Amino acid sequence: MSMQVQLVGVEKRFGPKRVLEGVDIAFAPGKITVVIGPSGCGKSTILRLLLGLQRPDAGRVLVDGQDLAIFKEPDWMAYRERIGMVFQSGALFDSMPIGRNVGFALQEHTKLPREEIDRIAEDKLRLVGLAGQAQLRPSELSGGMQKRVAIARAIARDPGMVLYDEPTTGLDPITSTVIEDLIVSVAKQTGATSIVVTHQLSTIFRTADRIVMLLAGVVLGEGTPDELKASPDPRIRGFLSGTVPDGWA
Amino acid sequence: MNLFESVGEPVLGFFEAIGEYTLFTLRTSKLLLRGRIHWRNTLAQMAFIGVDSLPIALLTALSVGMVFTLETANEFIRYGATSVIGGAAALTIVRELGPTLTGVVFAGRVSAAIAAELGTMKVTEQIDALVSLAADPLRFLVLPRVLACVTMLPLLAFLSDAAGIAGGYGIAVYLKGVSPLVYAESVRSLIGPDDVAKGLLKAAIFGLVVAIVGSHKGMNARGGAEGVGAATTSAVVVSLITIFISNYFLSSVLFPGAGAH
Ligand SMILES: Nc1ncnc2c1ncn2[C@@H]1O[C@H](COP(=O)(O)OP(=O)(O)OP(=O)(O)O)[C@@H](O)[C@H]1O
Ligand SMILES: [Mg+2]
Repeated sequence: MSMQVQLVGVEKRFGPKRVLEGVDIAFAPGKITVVIGPSGCGKSTILRLLLGLQRPDAGRVLVDGQDLAIFKEPDWMAYRERIGMVFQSGALFDSMPIGRNVGFALQEHTKLPREEIDRIAEDKLRLVGLAGQAQLRPSELSGGMQKRVAIARAIARDPGMVLYDEPTTGLDPITSTVIEDLIVSVAKQTGATSIVVTHQLSTIFRTADRIVMLLAGVVLGEGTPDELKASPDPRIRGFLSGTVPDGWA
Repeated sequence: MNLFESVGEPVLGFFEAIGEYTLFTLRTSKLLLRGRIHWRNTLAQMAFIGVDSLPIALLTALSVGMVFTLETANEFIRYGATSVIGGAAALTIVRELGPTLTGVVFAGRVSAAIAAELGTMKVTEQIDALVSLAADPLRFLVLPRVLACVTMLPLLAFLSDAAGIAGGYGIAVYLKGVSPLVYAESVRSLIGPDDVAKGLLKAAIFGLVVAIVGSHKGMNARGGAEGVGAATTSAVVVSLITIFISNYFLSSVLFPGAGAH
């Protein structure tokens, strides 16, 4: 049950700072869309808008055809139960062991018995290569392990949409590859619509079905990786090859 | 900056802060009225907060009860008022020292702990993560702490009352030679159940202050470890000041004819 998500003319300001200035993106349902763009261009902000952690100043965010602006608190709760978010920092709850982190949503929102929740959490931990570690505390894990737990937590309830904020930043190449494969296999297995924000070239090319590039508050280009690599715009080609084009801000 | 600005800004800021705390309290109370209590977290917080502050609260009360009696007993004896020694201590402790000192202990320990914990959760995106997992931070984090403080502070204040009076008893009877019966009769005749109840009501209100200020400071922390530190310190200061100011008004309302027994 992949979700259909669309931004229409979305604007977002923080005080005098205009971050998004009319962004239109239709995220392909059931596909992995990678959002790229220079630091501070508003990529995390887009994910926060999709979660309702922030509201747009103008424009609409449509999910399965519904405008998030008309959501009341219960609608938000029901909607968020259907999405998973992997935060840039992992954001694991350090007051509980990682098994409880992964089982958190099941514990809070379902009547499943404890053993069943633990079993599902163990399943998801196995999926991210952390079988048998449910008792560990987040503080006992490396950064890469924390990201993997964060992914397990985000997919614990088989969401219709998974949002990843820089899932591989700061990780070694091998751990990055593990996580990239994981993102792809989660999308395949669950059919969830996936949105991946990243700077990392390997992550772009190993996960993307489609790429959206942001610059200066608007969408600069969008398409499949091959389409964008062949883009006439030197800024897009430059970003995707890691070279600095002329006139780069 | 003209005169109006220099006076106006802090005043506006003050009312703005009061408005924010009021709104925060109302939103939390709404959950309570709708019965949306997270029992597991509430019980865990009660246990944690109660146990955490019990020894220091009791020690404080015991010491104050002893010192109070040590310093007043001689005067009372000199003026032939031996029969008020116990009552004077008990009255002061039950109405003022028990609730207020326990409130101070809570402001220092509990408000700080709440602000630090929620502040850390805020700056490490754990609060956002809660929201993303469809959990309401007010229900999951704040209301349990409010309920724990509103129940545990009166409970510890009550135990502190007992510890304070016992401390006074120890000094009066064993050091000053007051007869145990005279002391007990003095306590019994000068305070009633309503004094205890009103003191505990004050304690409950202080509990609300401690939990709301600590939570609000924590949830609004920003800027990493430094921000958490600032939130923690200001939670302690703001809850202390609020306790002292509100204590004055609560006492003047609850004990209008103070001393007229
Ligand atoms: N809550 C906020 N208050 C004020 N400014 C904000 C807030 N959130 C984001 N911003 C600003 O909005 C801009 C976009 O932020 P955002 O986090 O979306 O960038 P990003 O594209 O994810 O960058 P990065 O790649 O570095 O993570 C930044 O300049 C940031 O300073
Ligand atoms: Mg970001």
